[in-house]
Amino acid sequence: MATMREIKQRIRSVNSTKQITKAMNLVSAAKLQKARGKLEEVRPYFNETKHIISTILKYSEVLQHPYLTPREGNKKAYIVLTSDRGLCGGYNANVFKEVLAQAKPQDQVSIISVGRKGKDFFQKQQYHLLAQYQAISEDPTYMDAAKIGELAIKMYQEGTIDELHLVYTSFLSTIQQAPIILPLLPLEPSIFKEETQEKAPLMRYEPNPEEVLGYIIPKYVNSLIYGGLVEASASEQGARMTAMDTATENASTMIDHLTLQYNRARQAAITQELSEIVGGAEALQ
Amino acid sequence: MAEQTFMLQVITPMGSFYQKDVQRVIFTTTEGDMGVLPGHEPITAILDIGKLQILEENKNKVAAVTGGFVIVSVEEGVRIFADTAEWPEQIDIPRAEAAKERAEKRLQEKQANINAARAEAALRRALLRLEVGQHYRND
Repeated sequence: MATMREIKQRIRSVNSTKQITKAMNLVSAAKLQKARGKLEEVRPYFNETKHIISTILKYSEVLQHPYLTPREGNKKAYIVLTSDRGLCGGYNANVFKEVLAQAKPQDQVSIISVGRKGKDFFQKQQYHLLAQYQAISEDPTYMDAAKIGELAIKMYQEGTIDELHLVYTSFLSTIQQAPIILPLLPLEPSIFKEETQEKAPLMRYEPNPEEVLGYIIPKYVNSLIYGGLVEASASEQGARMTAMDTATENASTMIDHLTLQYNRARQAAITQELSEIVGGAEALQ
Repeated sequence: MAEQTFMLQVITPMGSFYQKDVQRVIFTTTEGDMGVLPGHEPITAILDIGKLQILEENKNKVAAVTGGFVIVSVEEGVRIFADTAEWPEQIDIPRAEAAKERAEKRLQEKQANINAARAEAALRRALLRLEVGQHYRND
């Protein structure tokens, strides 16, 4: 059995770990609030971009657009959003699992990774990395999203890739997040057909509908990427909060357990000492 | 004469930038400058890097906008979806100056691996920020 001193030391070390996990939990909670605020801000822009694309598609008969036509080729690219730092439970692992299940065959797949964890993982798995970004995932800006989007769209135009997907963790609630694969390019015209029987609005497009569409679709892709980045950062903080909460709870259980052990050891030591004294006194008689 | 106004909204991915009833707005599209008064025909146009000039309660306000698109409609007035939008007071002039120098240097070097169109766009953004930031401060 461990000595009293050893147990006491254990308690002290578990206690300091507990303090750290508790602090990390609080930090994540604050960051989560911030990320959720950002999520609300991007929504009007995103919804409106989507709305314009659907209106143009519906009323101006532009159906032969390179961004809309599926291609023969099978070169898929995935933009994978992960975190830079660990200690966030299964957050990254869930994203990887989703990619591994979907991205086949491996020689046709290339990855654009955001976050250190993603880069490390896909390098180890020997996937083809087109680009990798770090230090974005915690506090993403629209400029970051535009940078990623421009690169991906350029590759799509040049024919380096035939399909573009975005993999991120969708934020369902603070304790629930789920990885999602979202196709970005070519755009499915069917997603834009939700709007029902609205009469054709009187609208002129300057310079012409094709060019407006060609300009707006990349903006839409960028806003999707930005939305994904912001949502992923909220999810990351949520996952970390839950993980740290569990860790703090486990530390408390461990401390309880160790305190019990310590008291038992103390009691045993007292009992032993007493019986030694009594035994000694009896021997003298 | 009762002043006619219409609703102007400027929305960026970072949130709503401006929302008010205005008398006139002028912006730069890829086809040239365009002014909108109340009762304009519905139109969708692509915004270029340029100034956004708003006439609100007989006062002129200027902001720097770096691309996006604009929708004029009868029901919802004018909605501008900008990549970025800044008031003169929000512009970081030293940063814009640094960006200008960087872009000029890149254009001069003319290396094969440098994207000239991108450098040019960066230069135009920097020049716009400097112009708006220095000449339209109203404090």
